[in-house]
Amino acid sequence: MNFVATSVRSAVMKPLKGETQPITTSSDVVLARQKVRQWAAEMKFSLVDQTKLVTAASELARNTLDHGKGGGMTIEQLEDGGRQGLRLIFEDRGPGIPDIQAALRDGFTTGNGMGLGLGGSRRLVNEFEIISKPGEGTRITVIRWK
Amino acid sequence: MSKLPELIRKHEQDLRASWLEQMSTATRRGDLMKDSEVKQQIHDFLEGMVEGLRAGAATDLDAPSWEKPKELMRTISASRALQGFSTSETASFILSLKQPLFNVIRKEMSGNPDEMFKEIWNATLLVDKFALFTTEAFMAAREQLIKRQQQELLELSTPVVKLWEGILALPIIGTLDSARTQVVMESLLQTVVQTNSKFAIIDITGVPTVDTLVAQHLLKTITAARLMGAECIISGIRPQIAQTIVHLGIDLAQVTTKAKLADAFAVCLQRSGRAVVKVGAQAKPAEVAPAANGKAE
Amino acid sequence: MERIPILRMGNFLLVTIQVDMHDRLALQLQDDLTQKISETGATGVLIDISTLEIVDSFIGRMLANIAAMARVLDAETVVVGMQPAVAITLVELGMSLAGVRTALNVESGMELLYELRGNFRPERGNEAIEG
Repeated sequence: MNFVATSVRSAVMKPLKGETQPITTSSDVVLARQKVRQWAAEMKFSLVDQTKLVTAASELARNTLDHGKGGGMTIEQLEDGGRQGLRLIFEDRGPGIPDIQAALRDGFTTGNGMGLGLGGSRRLVNEFEIISKPGEGTRITVIRWK
Repeated sequence: MSKLPELIRKHEQDLRASWLEQMSTATRRGDLMKDSEVKQQIHDFLEGMVEGLRAGAATDLDAPSWEKPKELMRTISASRALQGFSTSETASFILSLKQPLFNVIRKEMSGNPDEMFKEIWNATLLVDKFALFTTEAFMAAREQLIKRQQQELLELSTPVVKLWEGILALPIIGTLDSARTQVVMESLLQTVVQTNSKFAIIDITGVPTVDTLVAQHLLKTITAARLMGAECIISGIRPQIAQTIVHLGIDLAQVTTKAKLADAFAVCLQRSGRAVVKVGAQAKPAEVAPAANGKAE
Repeated sequence: MERIPILRMGNFLLVTIQVDMHDRLALQLQDDLTQKISETGATGVLIDISTLEIVDSFIGRMLANIAAMARVLDAETVVVGMQPAVAITLVELGMSLAGVRTALNVESGMELLYELRGNFRPERGNEAIEG
């Protein structure tokens, strides 16, 4: 599903255009990766930056599926002043994350398998925001600038 | 509706001549730009100005009818930035249009002071907006240029050298910050792949200080190389650096380190099963492999 | 369901990962490899990831698991051909794959396996084992 954003999220960053991808199966995680790759390649990100962003997307998409019990990803192209960026938003209505600080810490955890995903992804992007309410769901927004 | 477009059309020849004259020799920079080029630009800009005014968008530069002269000014600014004009020289290009315009307006409208005032105001507003636009375009072009030069400098300052078949050396001179480390790391790893090199010597003789951040950067590079199947050795560790590393508690247990690049090279030769031998009277010059004891001579 | 083919070269097993794997396929590969090592008594496993453009923590863990399980079955594992961008990203992600041996390409990977597991050479020829 494509869309053109008409609302301005923040005073400075205006999303230009974007795409959404539901994340309900493990094939969706692959699709999410591929879509992010397409957008990043089209915007001519460097190969290393592309790889970092796509890998982060893979981690977060998997979290949305495994921990969040399914949700969706939104890709938005951004323009801020002179620079261009790609914003990814991962949302789910899952159980939420009770202790965000702990989740962001590196290290394998048994059980919910969040392992390195969250903390690691944060290092792969320029901006990282996580909003989560236990019982309501989670929204993770990341941005990579060119 | 402004009478400016008609005025400009009527006195076009004069305007162009006096505009050119107004740009004093100093700001026209004859050394950087030919007369014919400037004349063409003046001609094109006035054309665009007339069109824009006729389209009725008056002094609102965001209107689409002003896109052509804006594009022209963007191109002019960009080329002037590259050629080495200063900001004021570039802005003067537009600003020197004011006097000639006012003269034309006064000539035609001196009998009607109210009209004349209105048109002069329009003219000055328009020229000022264009001057600001031009200045911003100029600065943007300059910043692009600087960014590109910085990138080139980064890439040039850390060459990856092939010491021998399968052995690379990366002499680092200067401070290692985040940006530079990225470039250095990518460059080294790319070369590892391209040359199929199993060994890379990172020489830090030229790195003035090693703090936790620099050490982290180095360790990341070494780990990445290891993941690809190549081994890194750090050489050029000065005594003070060795002390700093211990004080900071940086763990280099996994990494081979050598004080001198030559020693590091010897280790690489040995680990790749090679030795350097003296060529005797009857002996063939050859790489003897595998040598039990690799001594570089 | 598609599976990733496992080739046999003498006493070693060779796997080339070329597709963008979804999680189930990765887990299937883990299972298949462990099975084959056990069946054939292979002493070495070579995993070629030179065409993989993305290795996230899941795939990274898969590689580490394969190496660990192989070792329990007395086989060495070598992962070859990791791309620079992938290596840089994995390090940033925090994965160092400490227990996994690596090599630049298939050739040096094989050399390493021979070194580690003695002088077994491919004898009866190489058969492809369809998962």
